Amino acid sequence: MSAFLSIRNLSVALKGGPRLLRAVSLDVAVGEVRGLVGESGAGKSMIGKAVLGILPHSVEVVAGEIWLDGVDLLRLKPAERRRKVGATAALIPQDPLTALNPSRRIGRQITDRLVDILGWTRADAESRALELLGEVHIPDPARVMHSYPHELSGGMRQRVLIASAFAAEPRLIVADEPTTALDVTVQKQILRLIAQMQARHGTALLFVTHDLGVVSKVCSSLSVLYGGLVLEQTGVRDFFRAPQHPYSRALLAATPQYTDPMAGLNPVPESVIAAVTEEVAQADRGWRHG
Amino acid sequence: MILRRVLLRLLTTLVTLLGVSVIVFVTIRVVPGDPIAMMLPPGATDDDIDRLRRIYGLDRSIAEQYFIWLSGVVQGDFGTSIQTRQPVLNLVLRRLPATLELSIMALVIAMVIGGFLALTGTRLRGTRTEGAIDVTNGMALSVPDFLWGLVLILLFGVLWPVFHISGRISPNLTSEFSTSFYLFESVFRLRFDLWLDLVSHMFMPALALAIPLAAIIGQLLKQSLKETMHLDYVTLSRTKGYGENHVIIREALPNAVLPTLTLIGVQFTFLIGGTVIIERLFSYEGLGNMAIDAVINRDLPLIQGIVILFALLFTVVNLLVDMLYAVLNPRLRHA
Ligand SMILES: Nc1ncnc2c1ncn2[C@@H]1O[C@H](COP(=O)(O)OP(=O)(O)OP(=O)(O)O)[C@@H](O)[C@H]1O
Ligand SMILES: [Mg+2]
Repeated sequence: MSAFLSIRNLSVALKGGPRLLRAVSLDVAVGEVRGLVGESGAGKSMIGKAVLGILPHSVEVVAGEIWLDGVDLLRLKPAERRRKVGATAALIPQDPLTALNPSRRIGRQITDRLVDILGWTRADAESRALELLGEVHIPDPARVMHSYPHELSGGMRQRVLIASAFAAEPRLIVADEPTTALDVTVQKQILRLIAQMQARHGTALLFVTHDLGVVSKVCSSLSVLYGGLVLEQTGVRDFFRAPQHPYSRALLAATPQYTDPMAGLNPVPESVIAAVTEEVAQADRGWRHG
Repeated sequence: MILRRVLLRLLTTLVTLLGVSVIVFVTIRVVPGDPIAMMLPPGATDDDIDRLRRIYGLDRSIAEQYFIWLSGVVQGDFGTSIQTRQPVLNLVLRRLPATLELSIMALVIAMVIGGFLALTGTRLRGTRTEGAIDVTNGMALSVPDFLWGLVLILLFGVLWPVFHISGRISPNLTSEFSTSFYLFESVFRLRFDLWLDLVSHMFMPALALAIPLAAIIGQLLKQSLKETMHLDYVTLSRTKGYGENHVIIREALPNAVLPTLTLIGVQFTFLIGGTVIIERLFSYEGLGNMAIDAVINRDLPLIQGIVILFALLFTVVNLLVDMLYAVLNPRLRHA
């Protein structure tokens, strides 16, 4: 299997309830940046959470496979799975203000995985953390290592989280809307930084966003989701040149940068929503819980 | 900056203590009961009574008495106990260690039990065990400490007598100590024979004091842990490969204890208040027991001294909690 992450027919459902992901299949190859786009509630984050093993208690995987680095995560024992994910994948979270532990020093929050999970010596882990903090353009990394999160700005904290994600040299990174919680001016810098780091480290990146403008800047491919259903998967160039699915076309038209920035949002037309909702219902036909 | 805060704190403490002393001074002199009548044999003449009143200054107005008392206090003289004719300060300081040790032991027991309940409840959240812990906490909370004392006396003193239920230490051992801090001294001198005897006496009253506080700690800490477990940094830690135990103890606990800590401070002062009755119940020779005797005998100077000491104790506890909070909370530390 050439893809580093390969999700096969993954269905996730509310416990005893309807599906939130409907037989999702998608691949992310080494060095690929795959965007996951779709409106709010489409299931973008759910895919990332399923891969990283942090699904909420109220939902469960009901079918499918998640192959990471040649093993199906869903067939591993919980402890093995955690280690596998911790050793080969990482998360860049959405909100840098809440994703760092307020009572632990920055340095420890970067080195903990290296020492506890990967078995590095503390000295190695610390020099690695310093190196990474430098790479994400944090001034005076040595001081930041000893700082607490509240002493850093939101942008700085997101840099720290990016450094932390790349520190263990993971082969896959999941970034869940990593810039939406930041100031507009900082957003661009962070986006550029993630793209840079991804290119330098050759990491496979699953990039969750609802912003097609962001996709056009950082992604090499994308999957369009609606109601937990993958509607279209294609390369970024092809997508912006000729989106195949009617919903994709409507989504593209709804994104201001690609039409007239002054025009505001063109909502996705009712008829398109109706059609795609029917498609979701179609997918559920013949599906039975458990 | 810090100096100003400390000074302000000292000032408010002083004002508080003054206020307490006035209130107590007046109250114990207004309520009925005559200390002189209590100490004289029946058949004493009115002349005898008047003479003694003058000796103890009780013939003057309350305001006068108060200022005489206060000027003594400023010089470190808290008066003389009417009942025992000994300086109040000596009496009180000799009993203080017993009460302190009992309270601290109770606090430690409460934190160990409460912490254990909270961590177990969080680890097993959503299971029957969590429900059982909640029910246990609720029961422990709805019964006051002195009733727990009675229950413990019945269970472990009468039905299954494994612990001592009276006194602080076996009487023949008191000569072994050179300070009144028996428990601390036994540890420092590595005299575990003495330590064992002390603990077998102190455990029951300490447990009675600890049970309600343990329940409060268990409940609040579990609540706060469960809320913390949903936060993003906990989730991020899971993606790093950490399991449930690590995540609870290393990520959630340090943040979850902060709100609990403030509450423990307040509750600990209640616990110290609870020693008065518990000490009586277990014939434990501490300040609380002495306070009850003092009230029964209308030993005004002694009551006064004990109350001031309790008030001082409460303010010190609050100060310590505030300091601990600042140490544990990095956001305050740098402010
Ligand atoms: N903790 C949860 N318990 C139950 N259902 C949830 C939970 N979190 C999300 N869902 C549901 O799962 C579906 C997919 O949610 P998801 O968070 O993946 O959406 P998303 O595409 O990331 O949207 P957004 O852009 O708003 O982040 C939604 O219908 C949502 O209501
Ligand atoms: Mg999301």
